[in-house]
Order: sequence, then structure tokens, then C-alpha cells
Amino acid sequence: MKRVQYLLWFAHEHVSFRLHEIESIASVLKIPIKWLEPPTDKPWYLVELPSEEDVQKLSARSVTMRRAIQLWADEPTVPRLHASLKEKCLNGLLEPYKLKSFKVDVDLFCNSQTQEEKLERIESFSYMPFQGHVDLKNPDVTFQFIEYYGLDPKIIPENPIRTFFGRVVSESGRPLIHELSLKKRKFIGNTSMDPQLSLLMANLGKVSNGDLVLDPFVGSGSLLVAAAKFGGHVIGTDIDFLMLHGRTRPTRKQTRHIARKDESIEANMIQYSCLDKYIDVIVADSALPFWRSDVEFDCILADPPYGIREPTERIGSKESLPILKKEGSPVHFPSKVEYGLNEIIKDLMWFSSKHLKLHGRLLFWVPIFRQDYNDDQMARHSCFKLIGNCEQVLTTFTARRLLIYEKIKIPQDTDECSSAIPSASTFREKYFTHGDEYRLTRKQKKAEAAKNKEIWFAKLNNVNVK
Amino acid sequence: MKLLTHNLLSSKCLKGVKVGYPLRIVAKDVKISESEFNKEFVKKIIPKLDWKVFVNAAVQVRSTYDCTNVVTQEFNLYQSTTILTGFTKCLFFLFQIGHGNDLSDELIDDYEDDEEYLKKVHHLLMEVEIINGELICPETERVFPISSGIPNLLLNENEVS
Repeated sequence: MKRVQYLLWFAHEHVSFRLHEIESIASVLKIPIKWLEPPTDKPWYLVELPSEEDVQKLSARSVTMRRAIQLWADEPTVPRLHASLKEKCLNGLLEPYKLKSFKVDVDLFCNSQTQEEKLERIESFSYMPFQGHVDLKNPDVTFQFIEYYGLDPKIIPENPIRTFFGRVVSESGRPLIHELSLKKRKFIGNTSMDPQLSLLMANLGKVSNGDLVLDPFVGSGSLLVAAAKFGGHVIGTDIDFLMLHGRTRPTRKQTRHIARKDESIEANMIQYSCLDKYIDVIVADSALPFWRSDVEFDCILADPPYGIREPTERIGSKESLPILKKEGSPVHFPSKVEYGLNEIIKDLMWFSSKHLKLHGRLLFWVPIFRQDYNDDQMARHSCFKLIGNCEQVLTTFTARRLLIYEKIKIPQDTDECSSAIPSASTFREKYFTHGDEYRLTRKQKKAEAAKNKEIWFAKLNNVNVK
Repeated sequence: MKLLTHNLLSSKCLKGVKVGYPLRIVAKDVKISESEFNKEFVKKIIPKLDWKVFVNAAVQVRSTYDCTNVVTQEFNLYQSTTILTGFTKCLFFLFQIGHGNDLSDELIDDYEDDEEYLKKVHHLLMEVEIINGELICPETERVFPISSGIPNLLLNENEVS
């Protein structure tokens, strides 16, 4: 069977996650990918795939990809692209699509175009023997023309470096990002994970139909929604009783005066019609063992608290012999002690080494200070292999990294675990002081600059007077 | 809380408790909801279950729970939201658990191909939900409350080992 070349066209965001995502999806769906070009940071992958159906399945799950295109022409300049297409049209490339309604989409990467220029570009393909009518809303077939101007927006060349033309085979799973938008979600917390990143995590975690997925720091359940969308059956636990019962302070400023009802993770599952995939959420302290000792999950996704917006806490008391106070409420809210991020991560890895299936994936986020960051500090465990480490920049100094681990062996007594994220222990402290320091130095510099300016003006005035 | 979750939970976190499994169930409100049958999932989850505990839990939910309550609750639901299936489902549930010989203590060998059997397991795992009730540690009798369908396994400061 003849293999066909496909161009996977990506949105230019979360670039470091892209390759991991495509590889993970291909592995879940058991689709062999033949790379025609080694994958780079450029916004496309050029691949050979066994069938169009496989392309559709692959792109339907991807949230970094825009669309998959069957490549008809790939040339360094526009005139050569037209020449190549003309020749291919003569050879009957367009025959199957000749009578169908169609449209042509134009994408310029790292450049912009006006509506007139766009029309001009579309018109430049008028030599193609289309007989069907143009239909912009529901065309039978869509064609994509791409001009690529490089990755650096500061240096835009006059002409594109590379051009592509092809037939769109399928759109990606990106509409899901809007479907799961936090703006319209019933129940959110103040650390709800962005839908695109949640979906990415579910993809990177290789969640597939019928999997049992756990989030040990579930919060408002963003990761559960994403995992359920890809067929995972989800369980979540959290130490925050009020959060799971939807009784925390309202997070939406505009509607905080309106009485809230029916806010829960379950309500979100109903909203996104994946209630069938929802098992339960449990109020429990993830630092303690409360699962049956031989429970196995297929995937563990987590976004542990960083200590900024959510406290890093576990149950405990500073007193050596804690005494329980009688309370008015029927629910007892135990006192909590600090639970450092490195501790959280080590516990999470130990837990996963026991409760994750072999070759299952464990994913979690770690906050870091960009200037102190060093790959070696990331958590290690002898049962796990680090598959990926992707950065999402948050501010000038801070970022968080998604660590992707795969369980490679059954745990033994000799296993070791280490986590030495320097920022983890002091992240909170630094987060609040570093910004101040930075602002202070900036203020000083500004003041100095203003002073210099004054002196300079004074000098200038002196000269003028003289 | 679904019976599936019950099958996975223990009270091992309590100071001095060795196994803490299975937790005893006291069901005060039970809801029967409809959930789409996913063959793949049920087939995958059965090997992860402690089968005897699962069958026992189904019986416990029946015995600790006054069946007429289910009927009234479901009937009210039927009146208010006209979900007829809820009511019929409930009768089905009573029939199934009430005459609980359907699932025996031993898991049958060829369950993977027996769709009817898998559907029964699915029903008990995913469609029977304890809304209010208690989970009780078998060793210390410590009570973990279930409210609004969410079990609370938080310990008190003095119970943490």
C-alpha cells in the first residue's frame, strides 16, 4: 500500500509539549509514525501515516495541532509551488475533488496579510481546474496554503522560506479547549487548570478508554474532566472538605453576591456530559495511605499545591499530644501542618510506585524559579523513567514544569527516591520577596535615571543661558 | 459514593490499623442513577476488584437499607421529574439485590464474553450510589461519614500515626 505524506500543522504555543503529545497519542492508538523530517520547533511535522483514518484519529485527540493536511506541494518559493501544482493538476491530482464544493484557507506563519492580499493569494490558484462552487461554511473539501516566514518575529524576510499546499484531511481536537472553557464552567476553584493544559496532560498520560485515572490533588476537578473526555474513568481525592462540597468562597467576582447551588465536580461532569466516566471524589489526606494495598491505577495526574494560591498542608499538629477541641459544626476540621513540596512529590512518587500499573504514566507540575533551575534537581525514583519535562513560563522569574514519568519496574525494598527542587522548599517565600526585590531595584534604577535626566537638563539650561 | 469506590478504600491510615479492609457500610440514602455501560471498562476493572468484598457490599447496602425508602425516594423523583426509568430501574435494583443470588461469591471464569453478567456488575459498581451514610473501620470501629455522596476520610490530629 502506498503511504501518503501528511503535514501536521500546529498552533504555535506550548511548543515543548508538542512532540510528547503526538508520540503519546500515536502510542495509545497504536499508529506507527514515519518521520519524513526530524521533528523541530517549526510549526509542522512532516510524516507518513498508514491511512487517512489514522490521521483523523490522531488529530482528533491532539490539542496542540490545528489540522492535518495531505501534502500536495512543498516548495521553498511561491512560484515553484505553483509550477509544481500545475504539473500535478495535469497529472490528475485534483480529479477526485473536481466537482465538489471547496474553499482555500491561507495561513502565513510569522507574517500578516490584509484581506485583499489574502484574496489575491487565493486567486493565484485559479489555474486549478475546480468545477465545484466555493462554499466557505460547509465545503466538501478544504485546501490549505501555507507560507512560512521563519520563527523569529523580529526578522521577517520579504519572501517566505517555505511554502506548502495540500488538502485538509481533518481538524484537531482544539474545539474541545473552548468546549471546556473555564469561563462557562459551573464549578471552578482559584487554581483550576487551563483546559488546554488539562487535555494535554490527559494525552501525555496516555489515558484511553476504560482506564482508571486518579488525581490525588483534585481541587475543582479540571484534570478529571479532561481525562474523562478521552475515555478515562476518574477518581479524585483532596484534603479540602469545603472545596469538594462546593462551599469555598466564590471565585467568580461578578456573581459572588448570587447564592451558589449545585456547584461540584459532579455538576461539571454533567455539564460536559461525561458523568458516566465519573466514579467519585473523596475527602482525604494524600499524605496518608487510605487505598486498599493492591489497588492499581492506569494513570495518575496531579497538580500539587505550590503554596501560593493553595496551601501545602497535611493533617497533623504541632503539639506532641494533640487535644481535640469540641466544635459547633458536625464536621471536624482537623488542624494542618506545613507539607513541603519536595515531601509532597516524594510521597506522590512512592505512592505511584505502588499504585500505578507497570508502564503507566505519572504526571505532575512543579513550580520553579527560572534562574535557579537545573534539570538534575527534578524528582527521581528508581521505578520511574522521566519521559518529558516541559516548561510553561508564568512570570519573568517563575515557571512551572510538567514532569512526565513512566513506571518501568515493580517496586522493591531497595528503591530510592529523591527530590531536590531548591525552589520547592522556599518557593513561596521567594515568590513573594523576589518580586519585591526586583521592583525595588527597578524603582531605584528609575529614580537614578530621572536624576541623571535632571542633571543633564540643568547642564543644558546652563549652556543655553551662557 | 459508588460501590466501586468502597472496594478500593481502606482505613489503613488510622494509627495502629494494619489492614483496615473491608470497610463496613451503613447506607442511609441510596440513589440509583443511570450510567452508560462501558464494556471495556468493566472488563478492565473486574480484575482490580476484591470480588468477595464487592458481592458482600452489594448485600450490605441491601440489608442496612430499608427498601421502602428507595421506592419512595425514587417515586418522588418520578413524580417531580417524570423519570419513569428511575422507578423501573429501582424495581430492577430491588429485584436484583433483593434476590441477590445473581452474583455469586465466586467470579465466573468466562465473564469477559458474558455481556449480561458484565452489565450486572456495571450496575452494582457504577449505578448504586450511597448519598448519606457511614463507612466503618473493621478494626477500630472509627466512623467515616459519607455526605452528599462524598466520603470523608480525614483523620483527626491525634489519629495520625
